[in-house]
Amino acid sequence: MRLVLKRQDDLLKKVEEISGENVFACYQCGKCSAGCPMSTEMDLLPNQVIRLLQLGANEQLLDCRTIWLCASCFTCTARCPKGVSLTRLMEGVRLVLLRTTKEDQVSPKEMEKEFLPQVALISALRKFTT
Amino acid sequence: MEIAYFPGCTLKTTARALETSALAVAKTLGIAIKELPSWTCCGTCYSLAEDDLIKQVAPIRTLARTANLGYSILTTLCSVCYNTLAQANLFVKAVPTRLEKINAFMEEEANYAGNVEVKHFLTLLQELGAEKVSEAVKRPLSGLKVACYYGCLLLRPQNVAIDDPEQPSILENIMKSIGAEPVFFPYQVECCGSYHTAVKPEIVARRAHLILENAIENGADIVVTSCPLCSFNLKERQKDIKRLYPGFKGLPVFYFTEVMAEAFGITKILKGI
Repeated sequence: MRLVLKRQDDLLKKVEEISGENVFACYQCGKCSAGCPMSTEMDLLPNQVIRLLQLGANEQLLDCRTIWLCASCFTCTARCPKGVSLTRLMEGVRLVLLRTTKEDQVSPKEMEKEFLPQVALISALRKFTT
Repeated sequence: MEIAYFPGCTLKTTARALETSALAVAKTLGIAIKELPSWTCCGTCYSLAEDDLIKQVAPIRTLARTANLGYSILTTLCSVCYNTLAQANLFVKAVPTRLEKINAFMEEEANYAGNVEVKHFLTLLQELGAEKVSEAVKRPLSGLKVACYYGCLLLRPQNVAIDDPEQPSILENIMKSIGAEPVFFPYQVECCGSYHTAVKPEIVARRAHLILENAIENGADIVVTSCPLCSFNLKERQKDIKRLYPGFKGLPVFYFTEVMAEAFGITKILKGI
């Protein structure tokens, strides 16, 4: 993948503000990606999400599926040797997108029609809508 | 000492079996828990934003009501409610201005001072001790091989973990104390796919397949869990797993309290396993 490196700090600043995390504490060891249970479903690996934030490569980051597939299981956070909570950073990126575009990622119509536990419906709507 | 009990939405619908069995188990063991007279949504799923206090109002309202009724401990059965209430409690206690703002916003409630402790029912059982649990057993489940599934929310993030986040043993100890045999189960702390079940069920089916196959490989007869969402994903997604992986044999999934109620002679649901 070739990145267009026009460094844009606005996204990074906002994500750090929302998450309370320091993106540059990450030294790219990849432990988050090694343990992520969702990595096989993702287009970007979890450590690549942090790398793109560090580089300020916003376009690549905001288009990825990965941030929406992260289900906040906190496995990466529990294992990170630098104490970075990628879980919180992922939420930060999701929230920046939801708040700026005001576009929901899912509508109730698109959700499964079977008898789901409420906790699944509420959680999904909280994560995917503004 | 009486402990307040917060059921949460799902325990009154798809996870009814968890509530019924847990209340029977608590009664047998003499753990005095009482449902809160009025409760709202716990506020799931927990917001990880530092700057969005409105998402913390639901759990803090519940904690304020709990404290106002004179309780110092609030227990939950649902792992999702446990995680949300416990994280929200730590979040407002960490920065006093957060709590001040939320208190000012909830002007109809008595102020919350951060003095309620959120404990999962499993922690209450652990504090009671394995011996007390063993004494109540009328029908030991000897020979029953159990895969103990924790999922995420009881163990992570670490500041609300009820046990070691990588190698927990709280469920295993309870299963041993009722005569069952916990099996080696490395996938016990892996995420089941959570709320993706409402949008992308095939992802959850693939996750659940890995978890259940690991339990089967290690000789489990059943899987036990404490989370209504994990339970749905591991149990109800088995029909999707069979479609994706035709060789999949299936595995029964129960709440840990259902298996305890069986051992205490309250119910008979494990026939034929």
